[in-house]
Amino acid sequence: MPERVPAVQMRGITKIFGSVRANYRVNLDIYKGEILAILGENGSGKTTLMNMLSGIYFPDEGKIFIDGKEVTISSPREAFDYGIGMIHQHFKLVDVMTATENIVLGLHEEGKLDLVKAAGKIRDICKAYGFEVDPDKKIYEMSVSEKQTVEIVKVLYRGADILILDEPTAVLTPQETDKLFAVLRTMREDGKAIVIITHKMHEVEDLSDRVAILRRGEYVGDLMTKDTNAQEMTDMMVGRAVSLNIDRPDPVDPKPRIEVSGLTVRDQDGILKLDNVGFTASSGEILGIAGISGSGQKELLEAIAGLQPTESGSVMFIDDDGNKKELLGKDPLEIAALGVTLSFVPEDRLGMGLVGNMDLSGNMMLRSYRRGKSAFTDRLFPKNLAKQVVEELEVLTPGIETPVRRLSGGNVQKVLVGREIASAPSVLLTAYAVRGLDINSSYTIYDLLNQQKKRGVAVVYVGEDLDVLLELCDKIVVLCGGKVSGILDGRTADKNEVGLLMTRVGGGEKE
Amino acid sequence: MNRKHREPLIHLSKRKELAWQKEWGIRLLAIVIALIVCAVVTVIVTGIDPIGFYKTMVAGAFGTARRRWTLGKETAVLLCISLALTPAFRMRFWNLGGEGQILIGALATTACMILLGNKLPAPLLILIMVLAALAAGAVWAMLPALCKAKWNTNETLFTLMMNYVATQLCAYFIIVWEVPKGSGKIGIINQSTEAGWLPIIGNRYLLTILVVAILTIAMYIYLTYSKQGFEISVVGESEATARYVGIKVSKVIIRTLLISGAICGLTGFLLVSGTDHTLTTTLAGGKGFTAVMVAWLAKFNPLGMVLSSLLLVFLSQGSAEITSIYGLNQSFGDILTGIILFFIIGSEFFINYRLHFRKAAK
Repeated sequence: MPERVPAVQMRGITKIFGSVRANYRVNLDIYKGEILAILGENGSGKTTLMNMLSGIYFPDEGKIFIDGKEVTISSPREAFDYGIGMIHQHFKLVDVMTATENIVLGLHEEGKLDLVKAAGKIRDICKAYGFEVDPDKKIYEMSVSEKQTVEIVKVLYRGADILILDEPTAVLTPQETDKLFAVLRTMREDGKAIVIITHKMHEVEDLSDRVAILRRGEYVGDLMTKDTNAQEMTDMMVGRAVSLNIDRPDPVDPKPRIEVSGLTVRDQDGILKLDNVGFTASSGEILGIAGISGSGQKELLEAIAGLQPTESGSVMFIDDDGNKKELLGKDPLEIAALGVTLSFVPEDRLGMGLVGNMDLSGNMMLRSYRRGKSAFTDRLFPKNLAKQVVEELEVLTPGIETPVRRLSGGNVQKVLVGREIASAPSVLLTAYAVRGLDINSSYTIYDLLNQQKKRGVAVVYVGEDLDVLLELCDKIVVLCGGKVSGILDGRTADKNEVGLLMTRVGGGEKE
Repeated sequence: MNRKHREPLIHLSKRKELAWQKEWGIRLLAIVIALIVCAVVTVIVTGIDPIGFYKTMVAGAFGTARRRWTLGKETAVLLCISLALTPAFRMRFWNLGGEGQILIGALATTACMILLGNKLPAPLLILIMVLAALAAGAVWAMLPALCKAKWNTNETLFTLMMNYVATQLCAYFIIVWEVPKGSGKIGIINQSTEAGWLPIIGNRYLLTILVVAILTIAMYIYLTYSKQGFEISVVGESEATARYVGIKVSKVIIRTLLISGAICGLTGFLLVSGTDHTLTTTLAGGKGFTAVMVAWLAKFNPLGMVLSSLLLVFLSQGSAEITSIYGLNQSFGDILTGIILFFIIGSEFFINYRLHFRKAAK
């Protein structure tokens, strides 16, 4: 279709933050009736580019044309005037208000505010595109996916016909993702222009008509999705040929290392988070934990690491000679005092694993500052460790004095994993170790986990991407609603089987 | 739909990082602009010539040896309170109870002076007074800390309310110990024997200044290099991280507030035993709150607080002189101080953000 007219043309867009060139002379076309995927590694400038289209940032250089006319967009409100709406990764909703109130908030419509009429209009939009949302429900009562729906409806309510979604699936379960994709396809049929920012290859293949690729802030090119494949897109994104196979060496002499049995955890409100969970993680193996997010993964790892109060059960550490030590009911210091080196890469990297405002050596010091009898900290050791991690894991940072919050997601994770494996652990717990990471960084992390496995470490890998779990792990424990719904061999399990176990205990019986 | 939009005149963007020279350049510029604005306001409102205005201001703070010593003492006292608040602030524990902790330390000191005054040898008496002041301040800060650690109560309100309790306690004991009866004042304690008075070395303020100088360096080392100082920073940044690395958060909160309160108590001791030799309910005189600003301006760095406390004391001494020399209302000094602080605090905005102006039409 060479004659079709782009709805949006961005020409020569440049945006510089301090010394970082977030976007450099980017040209991009967006068409109506098409789903465009913007693909790129972390820090390649995808979100910045779209923020300029939606009025959050203002470009340093370059022009934006809408329907062929040059425009200036300097606030989100102006973007709405041009029919551009963006759904951000972090929702911008008022918790104590209903969906309707949130949707009309900030709109200056003629006449009196009529919430009933607004709710009616919202229902019409929902019906037209197949959304399921109750206009009178308060935001705090909603699930993550419902909140996202409200954000999308909000944008449609304002008459947007160019929708930008920033990594919309990062917070969704596979089923919710399917539902979202179906809605997006309906909108495409309706003639809307859809832009989805992602770095998940299979989503690009699944959903998009066309894919535009950014690399280090520059526009590499675009491809029709049907004419390309994951390998080609990855190579363009990274800038060189990348292998997409995950290594899975055979476990050498596996011995039971962590024995979890009858583990039951309730949260502060008394809600059952883990229900009689039991499994064994062995040395020299990667044990995968699969499940819909919120099925008890966080509580499980934190219980093992001594951070989560438990109701009953036992977590036994078994050393090389077969001696058992109970870990439950001990805090991280007491566990370390037992001589158990247990490393933990938590889900919340900057909120739990690291301190964002501290520099690299300060973050290394978190684990080592207690060493020695002196009242003062040893600053040389963490400094050297920071240098070593930067060098060995190829962390991209201006220096070891840089606060870690300034690093990109992948580099933050390298710092965290680097510190955790530096203590030569015998057990390594990881939660969503590659969440938000681009392909390159993800593979670095898989390699690091495999190295630990070869060293004889019992690695626990909580993951969300089933393909990765099935390729990387030796054994997979599937959690469903806080219960173990199945334990499978990673080499023989298939994706459907795991998917079913994730939603139903035992995989067979219906709810 | 296609309303025409123009590019706005000014854009804001967050700066990444600024070289320290530029950072201080901006601050210096802010002070210069502030002084100019002050002069303009003064000239317009009062008709005083601006050069004389600045001369009076400097003379008010540095003019005579006595003024310089007063400046030093006032700075030392303010700095001492700021040092006390800093460990708590670094932990994101907003201790606004400096006033109360000072008063209660002063009350303990006074009690020792009056009750044990002429019964103990001087060194022993002073030692007991110091310990009593430290303990009283520590207890006063520990109560909110304990409740914060156990039940996560709001420390800002709690410490603030403790101020009123301390003030009322002092008011009560001032009546109990009043001299002469019915005056509602304690008067100078042990005036004849000088029991429990800090000895004078050189100048009567020198010892206080020395104690605070040593404390400043000690606090800097404690916060920057010690294990406990590191724990304070970690708890302040993220309690989840602290628990994750095995720090007992409630223990750190209580320990840190014991230190914070104890130093406030020490300030109370220095005021009563070192300079005032009496107790009034206005002994702290709002310095517990001014110290909050001193600590913030210096970004909780004890060495930087030497400068920020000096600046604030200079401003108040200087503007007091202006109001008295030119016979102005006392509030005029506050207006000047306000203008200067406005610029200093406002300059932080330009350190964090950059302005882009619309380019001329092409």
